[in-house]
Amino acid sequence: MTPASVLEHILSQHAEMSATAEVNWIRIAVQPSWLPELVGQLAPLWTFAGIVPENDPQPQSVRLLYVFYAPKGPWLGIEVRNHGQNVPTISDTLYAADWQEREMEDLFDVQFEGHPQLGDFVLHDSHWPEGTAPMKRHSWEIRQKVNGFQDLGTPRIVEAPGSFVMPIGPIYSGTAESIQFGLETVGEEIVFAHIRPFYKYRAVEKLLEGRTPAVALLIGERIDGLTALAHALAMAQAFETLAGVQISPRAKLLRVFWAEIERIRSHIQVLAGILESTGLSVPANLIQALEEELLQISGALTGHRYLFEVIRIGGLRRDWSDADIQSIAKRLALIVEQAQRILDALTFDNSFLDRLEGVGTLSPEKAGTHGLVGPVARASGISRDLRIWQPYAAYDQVRFDVPVQAEGDGYARFRQLSQEIAQSYRIVQQIPRMLMPAGEGFPGDGFRITEARTAFGYAESPAGAVLCGVSSNRQGMVERCRMITPGLVNWHAFPHALRHFAFQDFPIILATFGLSVADLDR
Amino acid sequence: MLWLRKGLNQPVKTLTVKKSSASTLPGLSSGRPAPTASKNAPLATICPTHALREQEGMMDVDYARCIHCRRCHQPSLKNQMAWEEGYHWAEIRSPSPRLPGAFRHSLHMRVVDAGDCGACLNELHQLASPVYSLHRLGIAFTPTPRDADVLVVTGPVTVSMKEALEEAYRAMPGPKRVMAVGSCALSGGMFASSFAVAGPVERVISVDIAVPGCPPPPLALLDGFRLLMGTASEGPVEGTVKP
Repeated sequence: MTPASVLEHILSQHAEMSATAEVNWIRIAVQPSWLPELVGQLAPLWTFAGIVPENDPQPQSVRLLYVFYAPKGPWLGIEVRNHGQNVPTISDTLYAADWQEREMEDLFDVQFEGHPQLGDFVLHDSHWPEGTAPMKRHSWEIRQKVNGFQDLGTPRIVEAPGSFVMPIGPIYSGTAESIQFGLETVGEEIVFAHIRPFYKYRAVEKLLEGRTPAVALLIGERIDGLTALAHALAMAQAFETLAGVQISPRAKLLRVFWAEIERIRSHIQVLAGILESTGLSVPANLIQALEEELLQISGALTGHRYLFEVIRIGGLRRDWSDADIQSIAKRLALIVEQAQRILDALTFDNSFLDRLEGVGTLSPEKAGTHGLVGPVARASGISRDLRIWQPYAAYDQVRFDVPVQAEGDGYARFRQLSQEIAQSYRIVQQIPRMLMPAGEGFPGDGFRITEARTAFGYAESPAGAVLCGVSSNRQGMVERCRMITPGLVNWHAFPHALRHFAFQDFPIILATFGLSVADLDR
Repeated sequence: MLWLRKGLNQPVKTLTVKKSSASTLPGLSSGRPAPTASKNAPLATICPTHALREQEGMMDVDYARCIHCRRCHQPSLKNQMAWEEGYHWAEIRSPSPRLPGAFRHSLHMRVVDAGDCGACLNELHQLASPVYSLHRLGIAFTPTPRDADVLVVTGPVTVSMKEALEEAYRAMPGPKRVMAVGSCALSGGMFASSFAVAGPVERVISVDIAVPGCPPPPLALLDGFRLLMGTASEGPVEGTVKP
């Protein structure tokens, strides 16, 4: 069975399901009651990306698109209309939908029948009364509680004698991002872990409504500063699909070029975090100096150390001479070589390996049920990579492999990152030779979106798949925009990786996941 | 032992900036628009964060809002804002931001992320790398506000982080200072109009030093610490390491 034949089979069985081709995806409208069965049939071969909301012509009603994708297959949007009535939960058949449903309930007031834990997720109940639903249409007035008392406690479920909860956060250690953990324990072992995100919720998706695409891009790349280019790329591609803009081959290659430099820098930053967490300060500092070097290269060539405002709709903000591109590729060779030398030496360092091997293990089954993406998924044996599955920009022209590890432990994630750096470097080296003559096709803001419709834009960020679902209106403004980020997907599985490990493993497991809180909180 | 030897074999990576070279080394700072005569400046409406303001024939830049997106500097414009290199960006926001003399060689900071996108935090983290080596200047990160002399706040201060931020500030012993880092912390930046944002840092706690930028480069952050510690104008950046 292939994903396509599964879909064909489902459509032939249910004549009443209508499949319509949208701009770059297929819409299948179903009755809410059909949803669990349909999802059950799709789920084994199709990957669940998330729920994308779409405005319905009828007021006070919203359409939920359950987005699925498969290798080389189309993007599917299973459409369910919601006007007031309940929608059956799918998180019992597809655990990956758990957080997605909780978000939709908190932001849109969609009630998922059968979901055991709704409410108090994105909007902390201490600040907003339940049912605030800020993302619902015509919810102009968002009332905050006047005397909200913030409860910084974490829930507790373990009832063994002597058990207690170790709260961590929202403010903790060094330059860590704000998030809260509750580690339940009876002594040394973490029996159960809770996670309370959204302290940093900035309501990006609400903020994007009614913006022009150019301003939306500025907001989109500030969702997660360390993978800004990938987010901007996903969003820009959605707008380009809506406007029907063609990207020049040179711009496509340069997008890949900078995207891979961002991946190398981001992976090096995560590796530096892993080394710091294990207390190996010499290699951590050496690696961090390499990260700074990459930031300086980016800053010198693009004008921004974190590659903000490099992507523009229709191309890139500027072009570079071939000599510039070649000189970056050369400097990169030195950086990657130094990094690999340090990383190779670490694989012989017993005190380092002891702290990573068999720690924070996430089995392929767990990774599968959580629908994980990015290096975390690939370290658990799931070879999921949008660059291969749904080649965008110029990824169909470059040669590279997607490394995969089987163990799913901290050391597998460490190796995964270091092998991915080598592959990204391989891509970067191919690009100078492939570039077309300079100065060809870098369009400005001369695009126009005239139709009200929905398109998907996607990119493989250093941390995993980013999906951006944008609905535009006839004036070319954003009507709805949903960003499904790797943070939102991968943090969901993090508490499971902590279970049955000791307290001192916590910072190490956290570092090997290399997750960004800003990416989750949006 | 193995790593110690490997580390000692490395050349010194720490950056020293000679007094003469006020301009930026490539890649250390993104630069920012400079006030320009109105007749040469683009329209103020080009700025997505409303940082441009015309005053007496000059187009002024409100750096608290500027995210240096270069929309006012793109080559396709007939009139462009001038672009300034450099990193002496820190501004004084309170009557006496300088800490007493005892802090000249020892300053502990607690970083609070109040809704940061990660870039400002990473630039702060980068200060600890060998390239900037902030420990040689006597500055250190501390995990608890009880030990902190300065609270470094990044991000637009979300509603959910507001109370945690106030509590962290209350827990600090005096004398204490607050450094707001990044356009988000100073004006809300791109997130200013969000319903989930409680406003810039100064609406929650009083700010002594403002370091604008999106994100401010590590050298601009050191510039902020220089104002707090009262060291000579080039002091912290100059450092004592010989290349």
